[in-house]
Amino acid sequence: MARKRTIMIFLRDVRGALLISLWFMFLTFPIMVIKVNPIERTVVWRWDNMAYVGLLSFLLYLAGRQYLKYRERRLESSRRQSMEEKTKRFLRRLSENPVPAYTLMAVAGVFALSFPFVFSTYQTNIMITALMYVVLGLGLNIVVGVAGLLDLGYVAFYAVGAYSYALLNLHFGVGFWFALPIGALLGMTFGILLGFPVLRLRGDYLAIVTLGFGEIIRLILENWNEFSKGPSGISNIPRPGLFGLEMPLETAITYLYFLMIGLVLFTVFVVRRLQDSRIGRAWYALREDEIACQAMGIDKTRTKLTAFALGATWAGMAGVIFAAKTTFINPASFTFLESAIILCIVVLGGMGSIVGVILAALILILLPEYLRAFSDYRMLVFGAVLVLMMVFRPQGLIGHRRRTYTIKPDAGRSGNAA
Amino acid sequence: MQPDRPPAAPNRTLLEVRGLTMDFGGIKALDHFDLRIREGEIAALIGPNGAGKTTFFNCLTGMYAPTAGDMLFFLPGRKTVRLNGLKPNKVTEQGLARTFQNIRLFPNMTVLENVMIGRHCRTRARVLGAVFRDPRTRREEREIVRRSYEIIEKIGLADQVNEFARNLPYGAQRRLEIARALATDPVLLLLDEPAAGMNPRETRMLDELICRIRDEGLSILLIEHDMKLVMSLSDHIFVMDYGKKIAEGPPPEVRRNPQVIRAYLGEDIVHDHA
Ligand SMILES: Nc1ncnc2c1ncn2[C@@H]1O[C@H](COP(=O)(O)OP(=O)(O)OP(=O)(O)O)[C@@H](O)[C@H]1O
Ligand SMILES: [Mg+2]
Repeated sequence: MARKRTIMIFLRDVRGALLISLWFMFLTFPIMVIKVNPIERTVVWRWDNMAYVGLLSFLLYLAGRQYLKYRERRLESSRRQSMEEKTKRFLRRLSENPVPAYTLMAVAGVFALSFPFVFSTYQTNIMITALMYVVLGLGLNIVVGVAGLLDLGYVAFYAVGAYSYALLNLHFGVGFWFALPIGALLGMTFGILLGFPVLRLRGDYLAIVTLGFGEIIRLILENWNEFSKGPSGISNIPRPGLFGLEMPLETAITYLYFLMIGLVLFTVFVVRRLQDSRIGRAWYALREDEIACQAMGIDKTRTKLTAFALGATWAGMAGVIFAAKTTFINPASFTFLESAIILCIVVLGGMGSIVGVILAALILILLPEYLRAFSDYRMLVFGAVLVLMMVFRPQGLIGHRRRTYTIKPDAGRSGNAA
Repeated sequence: MQPDRPPAAPNRTLLEVRGLTMDFGGIKALDHFDLRIREGEIAALIGPNGAGKTTFFNCLTGMYAPTAGDMLFFLPGRKTVRLNGLKPNKVTEQGLARTFQNIRLFPNMTVLENVMIGRHCRTRARVLGAVFRDPRTRREEREIVRRSYEIIEKIGLADQVNEFARNLPYGAQRRLEIARALATDPVLLLLDEPAAGMNPRETRMLDELICRIRDEGLSILLIEHDMKLVMSLSDHIFVMDYGKKIAEGPPPEVRRNPQVIRAYLGEDIVHDHA
């Protein structure tokens, strides 16, 4: 009886796989099968490709189904409770015996510090970009990951920061170090200005409005020639200086690299402290249940606005650094795709997890760079990785964890344990 | 609970509601509803399903804007507050805290954190304080943990402070909601069917807990279908049906009221006579 059932289920999977492979063959027909030769004006039909696509999707689907079933069975057998128990025990062990954690951190630290001296300028430049996305990811993480506000126009604040440095420098010769706080402040101002009317909206509407806002900023920058020089952008933006010191290009990039490392550390420091504070708890709670939050005396709009403005502040800062790094900016750098990538970093990393966001930013930015060798397929691989991640680990690389407190029986003092 | 509050003086009015009406486009969930709660008493609001009890709580706590009527909160030693038009968080700041009929905890936060959220409106640290952790902020944070833990101990969940709220058994979740509401330092506690879904043992614990809270000087208004609990706990009972108040008085009086018996026909109030 049971045997008959397993066979039935398997047959159903095979049927599903057949349908899937047919569908894929149909979908990929135009690109995989038809090849037009424009010179000889002939069409080459590559039917063998169709067979490969069919076979591959058939097998992949079957394998995926089997894996999912296996996972389900395993989850059932070792119930959720015990899984949680296991992670908890592991975390306790880690906090009681912090040697592996410290070793890991030390290795990462040494690697980060020696990076520009070991690797080429080209590699360092890529790393700077990746670190920039780490900062952007951590900034958006406050908004989306912690406070649960879906912001699809994050790049707008990034643009505000970049253009504020570029324009201030162009017109008034303002230097990098002076522009950095101004860019941050302007980002925050724009965040508050947009957030104030918009944060009353619920989830999906907020996403649409922020998406629109991002596009508006980009279109303004593209079309208001007198203000922003339009699509041709602004060039010759100076790199960050050090007390007016002239630096050769290589040194300047190394300097910028360390500046980014500093900013990442600063960001991690701030975000960590925020998460573990009265306001951070309120953000988490808002994400969990808005109505209960209000009933507990939390000012919904104000708390959301704080998260939104803080995220925008970090985008503004990253924007200034971006302008200084590339020395040239134009509106094309601030398309919706940028917002989407930053959002991917947050979701992939695990909403609200700092380590997760850092890992995700490094993977998402470095992977496509180093996959350049496979030029044509790199975006395909990139997409596949994203899809697989969301199927098999929807909670992100590093799942959500809460701080635990140890209460001393006498005074009820607290200490950090996780 | 609160050392700085003047002792409860019985017979002094704490909350007065006059002519409260809530019109949901044709359905009058509340129809000129009146109610008065005295300091230090346990009042109960009962009525058949759909009578408008939860709607009354929602109006009182600023979640709904009532169509007509007045809600006045007479704070001991302070100015009278009109609750109409206040946002929910402002109502809570005034000293009214509530629980929800369908539990609304923060499921992915720990027990302690859930209660700590309740302290939010009584504390002040903002972004800069959080980043710099100045002595004031640190002191405040310690105080939040201490107070929250104290409340958790009282509610009997001390063994589960670091457990996620979603992992608690049902009865414990209901008690945690009460703990969270207590953390806001309320003067009047509004409980929406706190015993719903509890087993007899849990209900007994709840009975005890509510009495203890009252003894500490809080006033309580509870909505409840468990007649045994209502009759044993309350000093005063309001009965509503179709948004109107049909009776009020001390338990024995209400129990004998023919109108109440009619509204409840088929429900267990008749049996509880025994
Ligand atoms: N937001 C709303 N919009 C429209 N009608 C509503 C709304 N909220 C409640 N009602 C209606 O108001 C009436 C009273 O509902 P309410 O939830 O207050 O009843 P209740 O006394 O709490 O009942 P129960 O004992 O089942 O909890 C019901 O007819 C309900 O359908
Ligand atoms: Mg109800």
